[in-house]
Amino acid sequence: MIKLDKVSKQFGTGSLGLSDVTLAVDKKEFVFLVGPTGSGKTTIFKLLIREILPTEGNVIVNDWDLMRLPKDKIPHLRKKIGVVFQDLKLLFDRTVFENVMLPLEVSGINFDEAKKKVEEILSQVGLIDHKDKFPIQLSGGELQRAAIARALVLSPDILLADEPTGNLDPATSWEIVKLLSDINERGTTVIMASHNTDIVKNMGKRVVTLERGKLIRDDRQTEKKEEDKKDK
Amino acid sequence: MKSFKTMWRNVRRSPYQALAAVLIMMLTFLVVSFFTFLLTGSSKIINFFESKPQVTAFFKNEAKQSEMDTLSGRIKESGKASSIKFVSKKEALEIYRQQNKDDPLLLDLVTADILPASLEISAVRIEDLSGISDLLKSSPIVEEVIFQKDIVSTLVSWTNAARRIGIALIVVLSLVSIFIMITIIGIKISHRKEDIEIMKLIGASDWYIRWPFIFEGIFYGIIGALIGWGIASLSLWYSAPFLSSFLKGIPLFPVSIVFLLVVLGGELIFAIILGFLSSFLAVLRYLK
Repeated sequence: MIKLDKVSKQFGTGSLGLSDVTLAVDKKEFVFLVGPTGSGKTTIFKLLIREILPTEGNVIVNDWDLMRLPKDKIPHLRKKIGVVFQDLKLLFDRTVFENVMLPLEVSGINFDEAKKKVEEILSQVGLIDHKDKFPIQLSGGELQRAAIARALVLSPDILLADEPTGNLDPATSWEIVKLLSDINERGTTVIMASHNTDIVKNMGKRVVTLERGKLIRDDRQTEKKEEDKKDK
Repeated sequence: MKSFKTMWRNVRRSPYQALAAVLIMMLTFLVVSFFTFLLTGSSKIINFFESKPQVTAFFKNEAKQSEMDTLSGRIKESGKASSIKFVSKKEALEIYRQQNKDDPLLLDLVTADILPASLEISAVRIEDLSGISDLLKSSPIVEEVIFQKDIVSTLVSWTNAARRIGIALIVVLSLVSIFIMITIIGIKISHRKEDIEIMKLIGASDWYIRWPFIFEGIFYGIIGALIGWGIASLSLWYSAPFLSSFLKGIPLFPVSIVFLLVVLGGELIFAIILGFLSSFLAVLRYLK
């Protein structure tokens, strides 16, 4: 489903965002991307939605080779990938309902159908009672839920969550992670970038660790290597 | 439909910019309307003069009817005259009486004997006037030739000058409108840069983002044209009594509603083109 093949990214400033990263994520998998600030987590997300292009290597998402993806196909790709951005990127002059409605509007879905879908998603993330509020009227956890609802409303194949628990208290953070886990169980591939070691350890999911743009540890690869050793 | 809603929201959220855009468009279309009225009116006035008997030849008292008929026949044969009307001494007196019916003193002094018979000739083309005039002057029975060539020529040169000034003014104002609209829509795009970035990240196509701005440009053009045309039409209607007394005898008024609607239709098409062009240029410049 997702494949990064020897991907490097050097920014215009000369700094290296990623260096020779190879990573594959299967359908319906839940993967944690961990690492300190500047380790390349967000760069991977930006590559996956073709916000940026790699300097070297290939990125494949859902059989789309993003290096060769024509510009007019980028909106199609982005409709298949829901993203919870680190800074949420909610529109503050629109209500929760309107924010969640936005991807459906952009896709040209008719209002009645879209309204039904939005209400369904808002119920799922527990925000139905806040649908007419503006983002400024919501708590941190509620804002995260609104961003998750917007990311999910088009029923994407993949959900990318960039530090969704970053500024939240432990209880709310667990609620958000539980929500993402439920979404994953319904069949959506989830990649979550996180600093929260407590959550990463306790969830028991695959963990990919990055440092200064390099992939330094991948739990699945470690497991595979251990299995290979046992076989020998 | 969604693009129209977004456009309307953009208009409402920055009313002063919207007002500036509408005002510059209005100014352009006000000038377009005034010059259209002016040039159409001038052309009608010229047509009126051209279709009127433009050469009048007054015969000498001793001229015989047969000589006058021969001269009239020669002019007809030249093919330069569209109509020839003979006014006898009696008919001239009748016309004189009609024109001066309110002044009995003038009526008492004049008899048919002092008034000359005349020929009133309309030219097919204005350029033929000199030829007809020369022909008449060369005849020994003609006392005097009066023709309005000079008036019409002056009118034609004034109209041509007005047309040139009008076209230059409209071109300059259209360019000013385009540049101001590009700036206004550019500012709006810059204000919404973050929203646009978010929409792109969640899968909006380039045209989904561009259309509301393009509709906005067209909207300002249409509103500006409607107001400009409205003001010009009202001014025309208001000044109609004064103008019709000033241009007595020239059938310019009342101005036909069909003519006004045709002008409006043309201006709306021009407004749509102008609005589309300026917003499209803004979108190309600011939404890369």
